[in-house]
Amino acid sequence: MTALSATPHSRRRERWWRSRTARRFMQHKLALVGAVIIVALALACIFGPWLLPHDSLQIDIRARFSPPFSGDHYLGTDPLGRDLAARLLEAGRISLLVGLFAMLLSTFVGALVGVVAGYRGGWIGSVLMRLVDAFLAFPSIFLVLALAAVLKPSPAVITVIIALTSWMEVSRIVEAEVRSLREREFVLAGKMLGLSGSHMMFREVLPNAMGPIIVAATLTVARAILTEAYVSFLGYGIQPPLPSWGNMLNGAQQYLETAPWLAIVPGIAITLAVTGFNFIGDGLRDALDVRSEGG
Amino acid sequence: MLPFLLNRLWQSFILLIIVSIIGFTILNLIPGGPLSQYALDPGMTAADLERLKEQMGLNRPLPIQYLDWAWRMLHGDWGTSYRDGAPVTEVIGRHIFATFILMGSSMAISIAIGTWIGIRGATHRYSLFDYTATVGAMVALSIPTFWFGLVSIYIFALKLGWFPAGNMYTIGDETVLGYLHHLILPSLVLSLVHVAVWSRYMRTATLDVIHQDFVKTARAKGVREKRVLMKHVVGNALLPMITLAGMQLPQLLSGALVTETVFTWPGMGRLFLDSLSYSDYPVVMGLLMLSAILTLLGNLIADIVVSMVDPRIRLA
Repeated sequence: MTALSATPHSRRRERWWRSRTARRFMQHKLALVGAVIIVALALACIFGPWLLPHDSLQIDIRARFSPPFSGDHYLGTDPLGRDLAARLLEAGRISLLVGLFAMLLSTFVGALVGVVAGYRGGWIGSVLMRLVDAFLAFPSIFLVLALAAVLKPSPAVITVIIALTSWMEVSRIVEAEVRSLREREFVLAGKMLGLSGSHMMFREVLPNAMGPIIVAATLTVARAILTEAYVSFLGYGIQPPLPSWGNMLNGAQQYLETAPWLAIVPGIAITLAVTGFNFIGDGLRDALDVRSEGG
Repeated sequence: MLPFLLNRLWQSFILLIIVSIIGFTILNLIPGGPLSQYALDPGMTAADLERLKEQMGLNRPLPIQYLDWAWRMLHGDWGTSYRDGAPVTEVIGRHIFATFILMGSSMAISIAIGTWIGIRGATHRYSLFDYTATVGAMVALSIPTFWFGLVSIYIFALKLGWFPAGNMYTIGDETVLGYLHHLILPSLVLSLVHVAVWSRYMRTATLDVIHQDFVKTARAKGVREKRVLMKHVVGNALLPMITLAGMQLPQLLSGALVTETVFTWPGMGRLFLDSLSYSDYPVVMGLLMLSAILTLLGNLIADIVVSMVDPRIRLA
């Protein structure tokens, strides 16, 4: 019962849900609202389709254009008489997954470029950061649409395209963070120990820049969902019969007068999901003490 | 001033080169390359295509092709549209004005409303107004612009009949008032996101200034509160906003393009989509390059304006 047994004790005290960060996140009301929205949406999209009375692909011409709350079509039906609720939840699976994977990929690329540019500096750093500036000069919607029209759109390709046009923010944030970390003592100590450049970058410096990366990643999910929605709305994104929130809105404009719920329902789902991620991002920014840029 | 200007110009030039390389890469990603449209013509044999390639110099190594392409871009030869055979610059020229009007009016609305919300939020910090504005801005940023456009069309054009549902003018009624009537709804829709962004930044900028010594001095001198706010606080808080206005340009352009598609506004966004569906790649490329150039130009102008207004920047 000496020093050895003390270790598990002190470790238990540092469980993540008791940490200062977790506490501050829980105290952030908006962040909690966001988390509840996202968890509820995710659960509904995962389990909902099994609980609903209709299949998302079941065509019922007699019931086409049913308004919401008619019979057991809780959110109404589309021009083919397919149940809107079932389609909405299945579309949510695709849209949320595209958003999530686009975020993972773009955060990976962005962090990689940022950490190399920030740590190496010099001409490598300036070339990489000019590349970031150049990508930022294109309106991202143009870039996404042009690539989506040229390449064959599948969920995977759309994900890659969205990631390819949204990694720059993360790069900028990581580069600035790493550039300031580079001058700190622990980096100097690591260099004196003879640790390799890649070990220093990815094992020592990058973990210290994790806060801003997590915040940026959360906001990237929100943006990716918006981008997917718009590209699919225009018909260049996720292709039917695979439903996504965006392609459910495709064609909704021509029925705006007669069946406005076709446009309203998927839009609310998108807004909810994006609001949820933006709220969470805001809460994480406060909880992780990341200097806020937008107020 | 001059060294600063030259330095910024040089940086923009380097960026322009990288931007053009990205553009050229995308052009070559198109299946079948720049000749894809000719390959679809059934009258074209493989030998014809080969001769055409030879003629257009597509057999040369890529770097040479790039230099040639960039050289022609610099001299205003942006290719010809597949759709109507007109020069790309002319096709774009026909649409650019509509987009600029939409962007300009939306920018004016966002700056006016956003500045007001931002200042009020900062002077009445943690009030109900401030809190509502904060949450409201975050929700506004989460609403898809194109969907917000659809909903506004449904409410204000189809149900209430206050505004037309789309287009820039009604045929037969081409008065200024008619144009304005068509402009209101799309510019308000486009403004939503930018009011949110602008008000957040304005709030931060005002808070940065409001506690500084010169503001206290002005108050101590007995300057009236309204004048302190208008002259000393807002004047200085607006400085970083000039840079922001430049930085917001790509988002504003993106937003305008999205808004145009919903409101059938005959601008560059509409043209971009039409060209995509016709596989009119020269116009697509032209729009891609032009929008990047406009962005770089916007940032450059914002930097120059800031350096003219703020003497401290010149030294840096």
